[in-house]
Amino acid sequence: MSSRRSLIAIGDLTRDEITRMLDLAERFSEVMRRDIKKVPTLRGRTVINMFFEASTRTATSFELAGKRMSADVVNVKGSGSSVEKGETLKDTVLTLNAYQPDILVIRHKAAGACAAAARYTTAAVINAGDGKHEHPTQALLDLYTLRRATGALEGLHVAFVGDVLHSRVARSGAIALATMGARVTFVSPPTLLPRDAAEGLGVEVSTDIRDIADADVVYALRMQHERMGKGGFVPSLREYATQYGIGHHRLRPGQLVMHAGPMNRGVEITDDLADDPTALITTQVESGMVVRMAVMYDLLTESSAQRTPEAVAEAVAA
Amino acid sequence: MSARLVQRPGPAASLVIRGARILDPIAGIDRVGDLVVRDGVIGGDPAGLEEVDGTGLLVVPGFVDPHVHLRTPGREDTEDLASGSLSGAAGGFVAIAAMPNTQPPVDDAQDLVRLLELAERDAVIPVGFIAAITKGQEGSQLTEAAELAELGAVALSDDGRPVSDAAVFRRALQYQRLAGLPFTLHEEDMHLSGDGCMHEGPVSARLGVGGIPAVSEAIAVGRDVLLAHYEGARIHICHVSAKETIEEVRRGKAMGVRITAEVSPHHLLLIDEDCENLDAATRKMNPPLRGRADREALIEALIDGTLDCVATDHAPHGASEKELPFEEAPFGVTGLETAFAALHTHLVRTGRMPLELLIRRMSGDAARVLDMPEPTLADGATANLAVIDPDAVWRVGADGFRSKSSNSAFLGDELTGRVTMTIAGGQIAWRT
Repeated sequence: MSSRRSLIAIGDLTRDEITRMLDLAERFSEVMRRDIKKVPTLRGRTVINMFFEASTRTATSFELAGKRMSADVVNVKGSGSSVEKGETLKDTVLTLNAYQPDILVIRHKAAGACAAAARYTTAAVINAGDGKHEHPTQALLDLYTLRRATGALEGLHVAFVGDVLHSRVARSGAIALATMGARVTFVSPPTLLPRDAAEGLGVEVSTDIRDIADADVVYALRMQHERMGKGGFVPSLREYATQYGIGHHRLRPGQLVMHAGPMNRGVEITDDLADDPTALITTQVESGMVVRMAVMYDLLTESSAQRTPEAVAEAVAA
Repeated sequence: MSARLVQRPGPAASLVIRGARILDPIAGIDRVGDLVVRDGVIGGDPAGLEEVDGTGLLVVPGFVDPHVHLRTPGREDTEDLASGSLSGAAGGFVAIAAMPNTQPPVDDAQDLVRLLELAERDAVIPVGFIAAITKGQEGSQLTEAAELAELGAVALSDDGRPVSDAAVFRRALQYQRLAGLPFTLHEEDMHLSGDGCMHEGPVSARLGVGGIPAVSEAIAVGRDVLLAHYEGARIHICHVSAKETIEEVRRGKAMGVRITAEVSPHHLLLIDEDCENLDAATRKMNPPLRGRADREALIEALIDGTLDCVATDHAPHGASEKELPFEEAPFGVTGLETAFAALHTHLVRTGRMPLELLIRRMSGDAARVLDMPEPTLADGATANLAVIDPDAVWRVGADGFRSKSSNSAFLGDELTGRVTMTIAGGQIAWRT
């Protein structure tokens, strides 16, 4: 019943819409360089962040993004809320919807949680990660980071390396990059590569780490122990690190490195690469906030008239 | 020692349907004319009977469903014997067999007798009960199958899960020589299925939803074909979903194994791509909706008889459970009220399958897999028939469901063909 536009899967956005959001994020990044990092754009709007699964970066950046646009931001966590008393997602959403929020930001451990939640709220729903399904704002901030670093996304070659099977970052990222005309390769242990990924996601797949050589960008994926149940997907983290861990020894000069965090240092990425200032990892974190500002602004902008350069200029005016 | 199908006692139907197409492919009847039902029996003198205008309508042998879930005992909030049997009647069914995965499971004489008594009070069409293969459906200790057979169990099944331990299942097959009951088998390798929620393939890769590989089903069927062959036992395979499984069933039949198999309307008509909306209420079931090639193979196999019959696997669930996120919601969709209309709309009217064959696969062929009585329009038979308006167009769910649950795979769809009357066990069980 969500009457506003929501962002549940990155595939919901066209290339033009993505470009529009990235452009908007550029404008908000100008705001972040000012002394006073706050604009009145969303004054009187209410954003509720519902994080039923752990998060540092995403939760913080959504909260800051809302506050820097002067929205009223409320945070609801799985622990400490009625969810602990067995309240269903539907009832939690219906309850919060009664406060007439404009945006519900939802993170949940189950795929399909945001699609389900959107049936019970009039607010715009932003998927902040639902199980292994999608993480569309991560994909947008990755595009933003890459566009800034390389100038253009068209024709760029990105290799996602590691635990693709459990990764919503890789899934949303691959779809977003394909939409923008980039080339994507999954390089993964055979046990962590989803069957039929090539057909389902239109990517190239490889189990040979040497196939990152051709990529402009090497995107290391976190080994997601918490989604592996009884485990056994790889013989050992030691062997994984040996076979697929990304470090300087595997990179050629000029190759860009990304990681969505949190990192398992010494597993999917070496310690010194993780701290290398040329890696884009910190930039990704910084991009998160302005991209989420752009997404919230865009979803609450009902008409194209409010997206004219003049309107946007007003939106970012202090 | 034969299966008991139990129905609430009621007045016997007496009426004459005028000018309908009377179609019973098994009895070799296809004529336009009158059909008399007098005192619940087909044929006789029409004088003085209520007349029903059958112009443009179809009268066929009623449908039989060897695989439904009536959620009694334990989850009567989602279905009970009254609502489930009425749901069947509304879909043209004249006999249904209920699976034992209730709360608690039907695994001893007392459970079975209580259900038979309940059915005698509540069921508007004849209902039979399948008992568990193992105590508590836990896969280790055999149920008292000889006693269950004497009391009238239709078959044995641990449906909802497989008998994973091959040695236990082998013993169950051996014991069939004493008890005589057919096994109706949910086939799945639980290790391969893992925490999967949908068919493993390109769509699950894109959606990031855990996949259930097709070979999970086929491997389990392959094992049981070999065991049934080795023990000379008789097995029926539930809800075949994958093309690989069809090959195993075909192999079993070629080997001379006494094996039959069923397929559900949703597997015949929907595919994994239909799961893109992540709507658990209408799209999450086990086995899952498979790929396009699987669906085509299922249709072919139903036509050529490798798959013997249609069964709905009618699986009601409460709205609050099905409103959960896709990965957290329970498996299952309802099917009794839509089975004929959905298959008629998408297989018969499109020319894929003759009407006569669909009637066979939903009626006599479906009865035979578990030795239930075959409905027939022959003179002297107990009236077990459905009257159908083949041109009626309706929207699924528009006027609710007779089932207590609304998790229909075809919710909101426009279908052509509707049951206007069902006479089951000689009684009028449904009439619009």
